[in-house]
Amino acid sequence: MIETIVIPLLKIAVLLNAVLVSVTFMTLLERKVIAWAQSRLGPMRVGPYGVLQAIADPIKLILKEDITPVKADRMMFTLAPIISLVPALVVFAVVPFGGDELFYITDINVGLLFIISVTSIGVYGIILAGWASNSKYPLLASLRASAQLISYEIAVTMTLVSVILTAGTLSMVGIVQAQQDSGLWYGFVQPVAFVLVLIGGLAETNRAPFDMPEAEQELTGGFHTEYSGMRFALFFLAEYANMIVISAVVTVLFWGGWLRPFPSIDALAFLDLIPSWIWFFGKMFVFLYLFIWIRATLPRYRYDQLMRLGWKVLIPIAIGNIVVTGIAKVVL
Amino acid sequence: MAEALAFYTLSVLILGLAVAVITTPNTVHSVVFLVLNFLCVAVLYVFLQAEFLAVIQVLVYAGGIVVLYLFVVMLVNLGRSPEEHQDPRRLGLIGLGLSGAVLLELAGIIAYSYTREQSPPVTAAQASPVQGNIEELGWLLYTDYLIPFEVASVLLLVAMVGAIVLARRES
Amino acid sequence: MATEASPIFDTDELVINMGPQHPSTHGVLRIVLKLDGERVIDADVVIGYIHRGIEKLSENRDWTQIILLTDRMDYVAAATNNLGYCETVEKLMEIEVPRRARYIRTVLAELQRIASHCLWLGTHAMDIGAMTVFLYAFRERELILDLFEDYCGARLTYNSMRIGGLPLDIPTGWDNKVRAFCDLMESKIPEYEELLTNNRIWLERTRGVGVISGEDAVGLGLCGPPLRGSGVYRDVRKDEPYAAYDEFEFDVPLGTNGDTYDRYLIRLEEFKQSIRIIRQGLDGMPEGPVMGKVPRLIKPKAGETYHAIESPKGELGYFIVSDGRATNPYRFRVRPPSFCNLQGLRPLIVGHLVADVVTLIGTIDVVLGEVDR
Repeated sequence: MIETIVIPLLKIAVLLNAVLVSVTFMTLLERKVIAWAQSRLGPMRVGPYGVLQAIADPIKLILKEDITPVKADRMMFTLAPIISLVPALVVFAVVPFGGDELFYITDINVGLLFIISVTSIGVYGIILAGWASNSKYPLLASLRASAQLISYEIAVTMTLVSVILTAGTLSMVGIVQAQQDSGLWYGFVQPVAFVLVLIGGLAETNRAPFDMPEAEQELTGGFHTEYSGMRFALFFLAEYANMIVISAVVTVLFWGGWLRPFPSIDALAFLDLIPSWIWFFGKMFVFLYLFIWIRATLPRYRYDQLMRLGWKVLIPIAIGNIVVTGIAKVVL
Repeated sequence: MAEALAFYTLSVLILGLAVAVITTPNTVHSVVFLVLNFLCVAVLYVFLQAEFLAVIQVLVYAGGIVVLYLFVVMLVNLGRSPEEHQDPRRLGLIGLGLSGAVLLELAGIIAYSYTREQSPPVTAAQASPVQGNIEELGWLLYTDYLIPFEVASVLLLVAMVGAIVLARRES
Repeated sequence: MATEASPIFDTDELVINMGPQHPSTHGVLRIVLKLDGERVIDADVVIGYIHRGIEKLSENRDWTQIILLTDRMDYVAAATNNLGYCETVEKLMEIEVPRRARYIRTVLAELQRIASHCLWLGTHAMDIGAMTVFLYAFRERELILDLFEDYCGARLTYNSMRIGGLPLDIPTGWDNKVRAFCDLMESKIPEYEELLTNNRIWLERTRGVGVISGEDAVGLGLCGPPLRGSGVYRDVRKDEPYAAYDEFEFDVPLGTNGDTYDRYLIRLEEFKQSIRIIRQGLDGMPEGPVMGKVPRLIKPKAGETYHAIESPKGELGYFIVSDGRATNPYRFRVRPPSFCNLQGLRPLIVGHLVADVVTLIGTIDVVLGEVDR
């Protein structure tokens, strides 16, 4: 009873809180890092060095008036932010944050596919938000967003096939263990796949330079133009939660999850003194930082260029990568 | 016991959602009910320990195909009233015929399963040299069902080419 | 077109109203876009939302009071507006401006050009999604505003020139500050270039976007960087030198393709040329008074004149008629570069995607205060 119900529930509660809190601090991190990149200070007023800004922002959003436009479809308008947040949180169930069983909620044999399929539900949030707002800009933005998400989902899924081929398993824990057995992070075995997943991940989370859906310079805010208050905050939470998911997935698939660098070299065994979850969070943080860094650096792609990149560059490369991996797998 | 309870709750949900899909006047709402329906079916697959199928159900149907439905429903003007058909009863007749066919088919399946010998379930799985859900499926697809699999892929390819040809505008 | 389509796949044109409250229309520009999918098939540019009647107001003001009003046309380049107006009146009254005043005016005008281009670069890059460039460019613009504050006390609307010269000589040590700024600016331009010039995404977003041939550019009456971007050599500073430009050496950069990228390169090159001019101006700064001999009551004799200068946006011309009796102009008319360049917007955006619309508004660099006046 305790084993099957209480402990998982406790883990879920802890994880959900951890994710939501880290999302709020992600926003602070993003503002700070971008500020440093742009030679300014970022938030400095709330708390020392603006640390409490992360708390102040959600409070502000909760207290704001929650407006539903008169012409909006009330049911869908309310449902959309929920649909976009829930999948982003659900996928954390299969992310192994550490080597011990304590650090993941469950390890299912189709873990990676589970992540892909659940995140694919998130697109409904965006489409329905745009449609239910009953307004032109959000509709246009939501169409762009969903087309973008679907296209890049194909590219990412195709790429992941080659990783699955290499690892021989779909389980997230299994993939890390496969890297441990082979003694090499898959980032070195599958560098092409790593780059593709990273680019696809940027596009799937609607981050710069693929932040078309919310291109505020063109579409005055994107699919959530009509949203305010906490409903808007849910979209925001979803975006950052998705960023964390992508970082976690890239960490697990290519950067050895919770493993220390060069897990096969015994001379580096002293690195094992650092707990596995610290390795994991450290690697994840690198990617989150990278996401923010990219946003501060690059201009935005145009919609048609984005589509061209997805369909004519990423997908062919992904297919080629599968073929090469398959041949290598048979030959070796 | 718990499993049975979950199964019946799910079944009620699935049937209820299916009814909602065809009775809702708003097409977008109807598509959303369809997605929920698919998700419930995926849960049913999980109960049958077909996790792979469940995940694929979500990925392909809920996450892919229905999104395109939604596109079509949102973009294409479906405001035409059903009265445009000359014979209002024609649809009813087709419906009657189709539902009769489905009923017959169901009856056939039930009758067949009763008359068949109570053999141990899934012989192919025992014959396959691999263990596990996904491997088994893969093995079956590429051995026993290779031809149907390939035919289906060719069919999809043809459909894709056809769609491109149709969508292409004369410029 | 819509009527020919089949009833199921009706490709209705979507009419979208962009502005006047839109984050990237650079003020209160309104564009009614007719879209086919994401492609613009027609556009209607609506102006007039910030019309304050500056020209008519000027006809009821003293000649000196008008300087103040000119500040408020192109408010990101107030000094060049002052310069153009003062020179026009001087031309009308045949006033000789002291050489030192002309040098300082040139330095101020070129500083203003850098400030205006900084603002353009920042907003243009921001429109295309490169937010860091915006803050970098504004960081340098801030320094120029500080220099102007040192000179005349104001940061945006300077009222920095007078008919016949300048109200003030430059403060002690100001020239060294400007020199220091020039050195700094020169070190910052590579920073912008590093972020943009060879950036693949920037190239894809700007190359071949908004191409306009030299012939069309002349036909539409474009001026300034949009005209030079199409390879047409026209710079008032060279063609009809004013202030002290005839005494300085500088190049006029020209584009070849007439696309957004060329116009970007031209403006970046103008940064460097402006620094070159400022340095020459400071080095060769003559001694002497900064105010010429001007009658106490400014009252030009009857006549009319047109005088143009090269403002950061293009050819800024003033046409002034005096009836010789009143202490205010009889007719006051501005040829604003932004207004003329905005003519080119519709032909530029038709056929492009929605995302390019903001790029193209950015590339022609309009200030709505000047368009509407």
